[in-house]
Amino acid sequence: MAVGILALQGDFSAHAEALRRAGARALVEVRRPEQLEGLAALVLPGGESTTMLKFLQAGGFWEKLRAFAARRPVFATCAGAILLARRVEAPPQASLGLLDVTVERNAYGRQLESSICEATVTPAFAAELGPKLEAVLIRAPRFKDLGPSVEIVAHAGGEPLLLRQGNLLAASFHPELSPDSPVHRWFLQRATG
Amino acid sequence: MELSSLRLKTGLAEMLKGGVIMDVTDAAQARIAEDAGAVAVMALERVPSDIRKEGGVARMASIRKVREIMQTVSIPVMAKCRIGHFVEAQILEALEVDYIDESEVLTPADEEHHVDKHAFRVPFVCGARNLGEALRRISEGAAMIRTKGEAGTGDVVHAVRHMRTIVREMKQLAALDEAELYGRAKEMAAPVELVRLVAREGKLPVPNFSAGGIATPADAALVMQLGAEAVFVGSGIFKSEDPAARAAAIVKAATHFRDPKVLLEVCEELGEPMRGINAAAIPLEAQLQTRGW
Repeated sequence: MAVGILALQGDFSAHAEALRRAGARALVEVRRPEQLEGLAALVLPGGESTTMLKFLQAGGFWEKLRAFAARRPVFATCAGAILLARRVEAPPQASLGLLDVTVERNAYGRQLESSICEATVTPAFAAELGPKLEAVLIRAPRFKDLGPSVEIVAHAGGEPLLLRQGNLLAASFHPELSPDSPVHRWFLQRATG
Repeated sequence: MELSSLRLKTGLAEMLKGGVIMDVTDAAQARIAEDAGAVAVMALERVPSDIRKEGGVARMASIRKVREIMQTVSIPVMAKCRIGHFVEAQILEALEVDYIDESEVLTPADEEHHVDKHAFRVPFVCGARNLGEALRRISEGAAMIRTKGEAGTGDVVHAVRHMRTIVREMKQLAALDEAELYGRAKEMAAPVELVRLVAREGKLPVPNFSAGGIATPADAALVMQLGAEAVFVGSGIFKSEDPAARAAAIVKAATHFRDPKVLLEVCEELGEPMRGINAAAIPLEAQLQTRGW
């Protein structure tokens, strides 16, 4: 079964390359809600969450995406994670309310504050992901007020950067912009068995 | 330049792909652009069609205006500096804009040199008419290339010509052998390492966007079908009859650029586009695209 990548706007082609490197064969760029049908899993890419919202809040997209993300594997990075959150700050905006966190947009500042750091993988996940991950943070959001069902998969400097909650995987950084992405391999394994 | 720095600079451009970057001259316009779904705004003093009409020296926008725009929207804010005016660029970096456009729309400040963009932490976008020009800008540190087109005309013909030229010249490189690449690099006045890289990868090492004369949803979809990864719209939005509706329509067209049914829908309800100027009627010395080299 194919893996979809929401392709309304953003770095969806970087995700496609990362998934291909991870061994994915069938990829679908999703621009219309009916394209979600029959997908094994979905990636919500980085980009501008305000732009993506314009498309998602029209034509029945919102309900279909919410229903999909409530049961299927979804991997969201940066803007994608903002879409999944329970609550969004700076400024407040609509979100799907599936990932039990608050997300503060552009929490570290503007582009000059963008950075590449090394994230530490929580021991429970080190077997799958290795001990460290490169984290490319671009005008990055911050995860706060994590709910009880949210697991921290990787963190740096006391900040959670990669989260898992059941079928949802959310990063405030961009694994798709690293030359090697163990996170994409892990997601693909979980998504397609 | 440090590789990590270039990755962060091109990384932000990656986030803008499939989107529309809109020229705005004040906070109210920036709000309209963001509400319409712009992925970023370009803060400037006057839109290109007014610069063309009013003449005079066009410089970096007033800092007060740019700051006001930065405080109004949550999307990235870009601003223009004059070609070669590295101090305007230093000031914009100190202001913490998210991207600088070293732009031919403003009056050039240096007749020989572009800004050494490696010396900055803020990323730069530069215009190009052909592959050689694009690679010269990339060698100077540009993290995004856009076609120059002919700004302020509402006539897409030059943006089309520049995008077709860049894409064709990249395809042609793929057919050359190693020895021929040296000669081609010399002809294009571009560094051979970059020429070799494009020959191997079949694409620019930085995102490739389009600008200059895009005024309708169909124009945006046209340049995207020709290979642009995102579009800049200048005068086309705020010089049209209904800027908010036109901005939203162009945003939809950039996403659904290969879907004529959606393009038909977005064209259906639109007001009048900007009147525009036939770019072929502009004498060479009045063209903006010939600024820079």
